Amino acid sequence: MQTEHLESHPETFIRKWIFSLDHKTIGLQYMFTSLIFLLFGFSLVLLMRWQLAYPGSALPLIGYYLPDSIAAGGVMHPAGYNALGAMHGTIMIFLGVVPLGVGAFGNYFLPLQIGAKDMAFPRINMTSYWVYFIGGVLMLASFFVPGGAAQSGWTSYVPLSILSPGQTMWLLAMTFLITSSLLGSINFIVTTLNLRAPGLTWSRLPLFVWAQFVTALLLLFAFPVLQAGAILQLLDRIAKTSFFIPSGLIVGGAPVEYAGGGSALLWQHLFWFLAHPEVYVLLLPAMGIVAEILANGTRKPIFGYKEIAGSFCFIGVLSFMVWAHHMFVSGMKTSLSYLFMTTTMIISVPSVAIITCFLLSLKGASIQFKLPMLFALAFLPMFGIGGLTGLPLGFTPTDVYLHDTYYVIGHFHYVVVTGSLIALMGGIYYWFPKMFGRKMNEFWGKIHFWTTIVFMNGIFFPMFIQGLAGVQRRLYDPTVQAHNLVVQPTNVLMTYSAILLMIAQIPFIVNFFVSIFKGEKTEDNPWQATTLEWACPSPPLPHKNFEKIPTVYKGPYEYNVPGEAKDFSPQHLP
Amino acid sequence: MNQNYGWGLPVQASSYAGKLDGSLFLLHGVMILIFVLWAFYMIFCLIRYRQKNSGRALYSHKTPLSSYIPDALMLIFEIWLIFFVGIPIWAHIREELPKEETSVALHIVAEQFAWTMHYPGLDGKFGKQNPSLINADNPLGLDENDPDSLDDIVSVNELHLPLGKPARILLSSKDVIHSFFVPEFRMKQDVVPGMNIPIWFEPTKLGAFEIGCAQLCGTGHYRMRGDVIVQSPEEFENWTKSKTKS
Repeated sequence: MQTEHLESHPETFIRKWIFSLDHKTIGLQYMFTSLIFLLFGFSLVLLMRWQLAYPGSALPLIGYYLPDSIAAGGVMHPAGYNALGAMHGTIMIFLGVVPLGVGAFGNYFLPLQIGAKDMAFPRINMTSYWVYFIGGVLMLASFFVPGGAAQSGWTSYVPLSILSPGQTMWLLAMTFLITSSLLGSINFIVTTLNLRAPGLTWSRLPLFVWAQFVTALLLLFAFPVLQAGAILQLLDRIAKTSFFIPSGLIVGGAPVEYAGGGSALLWQHLFWFLAHPEVYVLLLPAMGIVAEILANGTRKPIFGYKEIAGSFCFIGVLSFMVWAHHMFVSGMKTSLSYLFMTTTMIISVPSVAIITCFLLSLKGASIQFKLPMLFALAFLPMFGIGGLTGLPLGFTPTDVYLHDTYYVIGHFHYVVVTGSLIALMGGIYYWFPKMFGRKMNEFWGKIHFWTTIVFMNGIFFPMFIQGLAGVQRRLYDPTVQAHNLVVQPTNVLMTYSAILLMIAQIPFIVNFFVSIFKGEKTEDNPWQATTLEWACPSPPLPHKNFEKIPTVYKGPYEYNVPGEAKDFSPQHLP
Repeated sequence: MNQNYGWGLPVQASSYAGKLDGSLFLLHGVMILIFVLWAFYMIFCLIRYRQKNSGRALYSHKTPLSSYIPDALMLIFEIWLIFFVGIPIWAHIREELPKEETSVALHIVAEQFAWTMHYPGLDGKFGKQNPSLINADNPLGLDENDPDSLDDIVSVNELHLPLGKPARILLSSKDVIHSFFVPEFRMKQDVVPGMNIPIWFEPTKLGAFEIGCAQLCGTGHYRMRGDVIVQSPEEFENWTKSKTKS
């Protein structure tokens, strides 16, 4: 293995902390970077929420410090609102949740859970992080270029995106982010295939590894399509090609200088071919984490291990066949909707199966309500709402009305925020002792948990009410249209919930940093868990993780095995 | 405050609004039922199987066939829903266009940030259009030398329709993607440059309703709105006559 020589020699500061080849350091780099991006992406939405609650009024405190491209004289303008909306979506998805779920947790814990010394390709791993970092910097830098950041939504529908300012930077940044994900996914796949510890068969893999493996396959197969689409759109912008520009466009009364002949719908097909699997990229790692924590917190084998792993795979395959449910009212051939409605409704069955297995895991359990367990348990009903509200959006007769309303926004925020992000936060509390050898404070963690759950629902639940009333998404000032007026007061509730949610993260941030240095020291296996990451020291040894590569003798969740004195039976002990 | 809107769905003002709302209520009923069942089961488990109440956990790798019942029920319900509700309704609202003779035919052209309605007028024929003739007074570039165009009616942001007669509309866009959305009609359709997309609906309620743009179309997206005015057939005829150039 190419990193073997590193085990014995002291490393320079740069090699150890900046251009590190150790999957654990790279995982931590991903974690810190993505958490900062999450915080930044969230603060963007606070600005938007102020505008939605009090349209046209000056932003308090910070209004005058904002660049003119967002707010002139302290009052947000429509172009600024659109830019914030596009950047909020892009940052949260591509720079926040995916790098946290895949880059951070996947990098750190996949090799540990399969008993490997490192990733298969440490140098590719390092490159993946730095390419992601460059993509992130480019994305942020786009706020400061003339014309400001991209303004056409995270979906960047053509031709608007091609004709609007800021889009070139967005496309360049996306090209870097996609490249980073591709490098990472190859690494995850090869690592899982080749570096499993002796005895770790596929039916003994922890569900987190299954989730990461399927996720990596999704990234590998879906992202190249968006990469191609992004490059075509970039050519349309800078080389004036017309891949996505139809003939005869007249903008502001004057014909555009494009040859025409392109297709506006083609971009949507390319985009959603990535972006629907992307939803499962956001979700599967979170489900993997929930499975780990649930098995540990219930002290029993997870119910339906094979059914869950099979559902992950089934979701993975089917997620490539549902993309056009985002396009029922896009103008594509109407009879195509029958196929996509059917596949979309069918994909809810494995999701129901997973939730059912998780719930049945509680039966006969001996539940310990420790901090990570609270997050895993909250995931179930919260993701439940997100998943169920997907049904009327995948069903054409109801989607016609709900499409592009706040109902959609509520649906995917329940999936990604109260679902994925809650599970990822649970993952931080669960694996913190492994990463730093110390525990996070339980009391402040519980404060963080309860306030976060309450305020998240305060933001997202009213979105369903707004959506049913017909409030469209991406409106700079909803009060211009009469049908939005009745439900306008909910915007005030949502805005204050969002501000309070931000405040509720302060205990988490302080707890996180204080615990790194001053937290209660813990043993190697504080949760009395069974999987391999708990068989190595905390934190694991640099570049080799384990004193000796473990041998695996049993399945991943052997809790309360009859006849054994302890209530847990680690995988590496015969 | 407008009586058409409240907490909940806007008033139903088209012939198929009731059908679409029916499936919305059906689906939400099922969703709430599933959620409540999940929630009760979960709360029961959390209390019954707390460490304090439960003692040692049950060790089992069995997945009895009965555990697949929820998945199977979901699958059966969805297949029934698709074939007996989804496909017939979708075919009705999107694929079965009403006959031209019995409907009001018109074109709607979207642009940043306005809706332009184009009626063929008394002769029932749409006049020729030429993009080079487009100006502020002639948003569609109608060619005045074409006899068909003389009686055409062009109305900006105001869609007049008669009650009880289906409207058959061809949507097109001059610049970017917009989306024609009338909440009271439960009508939404993206308007895509380079495409002519046919839609239909039948107004069943007199009064004024709102057209919104549901697809981000630029900085004026939020203020891209229009009005639908549904009139009795006589009033609609009078309006048509008053708008016809003589």
